[in-house]
Amino acid sequence: MSLSLYVITIALLGISYYKDKNKTKKALKKSWKAFENILPQFLGVIVLVGIMLSIFNTEFISKVIGSESGWYGTLISAILGAITLIPGFVAFPTSAMLIENGAGYMQIGAFISALMMVGIITAPVEIKYFNKRLTIARNVLAFLFSFIVAFIIGKVV
Amino acid sequence: MLGVIFLLNKEIGLKAINITGYSFKEMALVIPPVFLLLGLLDIWVPRETMVKYMGENSGIKGILLAIIIGSAAAGPLYGAFPVAAIFMKKGVKFSNILIFIGAWSTTKLPMFLFEMSSLGSKFAITRLLVDIPGIIIIAYILSHIIPKEEIKKIYEKVENF
Repeated sequence: MSLSLYVITIALLGISYYKDKNKTKKALKKSWKAFENILPQFLGVIVLVGIMLSIFNTEFISKVIGSESGWYGTLISAILGAITLIPGFVAFPTSAMLIENGAGYMQIGAFISALMMVGIITAPVEIKYFNKRLTIARNVLAFLFSFIVAFIIGKVV
Repeated sequence: MLGVIFLLNKEIGLKAINITGYSFKEMALVIPPVFLLLGLLDIWVPRETMVKYMGENSGIKGILLAIIIGSAAAGPLYGAFPVAAIFMKKGVKFSNILIFIGAWSTTKLPMFLFEMSSLGSKFAITRLLVDIPGIIIIAYILSHIIPKEEIKKIYEKVENF
């Protein structure tokens, strides 16, 4: 999978360079800037997860958000996802790691869905643009939707 | 923080460093192409030209475009709000704004590739297939439960940004 990602990226970069050198340069600059921006947060989260995984062992993780934890574990995962603000490219490998350490697919589905769609920390920004009523309604619906996603992922995967 | 843990318990500290190093290596392999894709999408996918296709009478075309633009964009969810504000200023339909925000939050293409590589294609594709109708349904529920005057207020507010 990682290899095809590289192939697609290099192909697109080639096409972009062939079509417009300047735009490609700009794109590369943007990529670098985005990467630089996220790097500290990224490193912080990796270290934090490393620490957490070394303290909480497999048994603990699978007890709290394991496949046997049912809707209770799913609720905990969804709440964690709603509160935290982790970029996808940190969240996905982290989740893969948690699954390897005993977390359940349904629970991880709830975590990822809530993480992406619900933003408690960013709610003040959202309110600035969309007012309180829409912000609350959107986040509540997205939170509830996370359980539908979790349920279906739990059934399918 | 790692240092403190080391002082408290050497064994756990070593374990933490091991796990951190391992996950760092794994991610270092995948992250460069993801960021390159984000940069390319940002430069090559034009925003303004698509806006006119997403207005009040854009129908399915508008919905599809909202999903595509949201999926192609780069950045975290809060990055979607200013873009949504510009869209509103240019007269994009309210439900399409909400669909755009939904797509920005969960159906991003580079993220999808990344999700497939870390959690498996079954997980990623299932989530995508559930998310797309979910985003549209949430957008329609929201545009029905939020009163017309409130929507008007939000559009007026955005004019000042």
